[in-house]
Amino acid sequence: MARIGVVVFPGSNCEYDAARAVEELGASAEFIFHSSTSLGDVDGVILPGGFAHGDYLRPGALARFSPVMDAVAAFAAEGGPVLGICNGFQVLTEAGLLPGALQKNRGLTFLCQPTTLVVSSTHSVLTRAAQVGARLVVPINHFSGAYTCDDTTYASLVDHGQIVLRYQDNPNGSRDDIAGVANEAGNVVGLMPHPERAMSTLLGSADGRVLLEGFVSAREIVH
Amino acid sequence: MNYSVVVEVTLRVGIADPEGATIERALPALGFNGVRSVRAGKMFRFDIEAESSDEALTSAQSLAERLLSNPVIEDATARLVEGR
Repeated sequence: MARIGVVVFPGSNCEYDAARAVEELGASAEFIFHSSTSLGDVDGVILPGGFAHGDYLRPGALARFSPVMDAVAAFAAEGGPVLGICNGFQVLTEAGLLPGALQKNRGLTFLCQPTTLVVSSTHSVLTRAAQVGARLVVPINHFSGAYTCDDTTYASLVDHGQIVLRYQDNPNGSRDDIAGVANEAGNVVGLMPHPERAMSTLLGSADGRVLLEGFVSAREIVH
Repeated sequence: MNYSVVVEVTLRVGIADPEGATIERALPALGFNGVRSVRAGKMFRFDIEAESSDEALTSAQSLAERLLSNPVIEDATARLVEGR
């Protein structure tokens, strides 16, 4: 059974949703506090949504200096699957583990709504089980979700298939409708939408399952 | 010596600034005409114990680049100001 670590920063608030989703997919979840310097023996790490360190300064700016982030960076460097959801995505960009940055939404509104995502690349631990072109309904819940990067970074993202998910109808002003990106190797992924909140049709959508299923089983493929 | 340093963090040229744009659009309604552009940012003030003003500035610039700003989207500038 895959073991997935869920990092808990002071101010994280989606860690239980993430753990529940992981467990529902047959993996085990364990919380890793931000002050920990080791991840233990995990097959993947999730940085969940919330407001790590109060989002003071900028979302993710202080979380990046949490002791656990050195362990996350080392895990990522050896090919371990790392997933940042919403605030976790912001933390990964601030930490330099993913390119670009997340800016305040166009229109300066907090957005909390279902969005339709289009799978743009399956070259990532998150989208590996999905089909290119597939449309997935997954909710967003953020204020700073407009993906931004310079032209050189953008060209590189396109060249290496690192844009993994796009919005069908861009809700927040993200460059090129980008909802999620991966690093070049595909083992580190961040997205603003919340797949862990799209696990059941009873609650609106089960389209997050194909993403998280791919993620929790990714380590077996890497090895 | 104690030096007072102000660090200003602003979005880089070419990066969309929705906050500045919103303020800019609100100004004519309040009767402020002729404001050509608004850029929003953050200001930090530090009192720094250092051997020289250069050392204080270097230290402030360094912490501004490492922590206060995200170089992907923001510029940070440090300058000395008169102490309180």
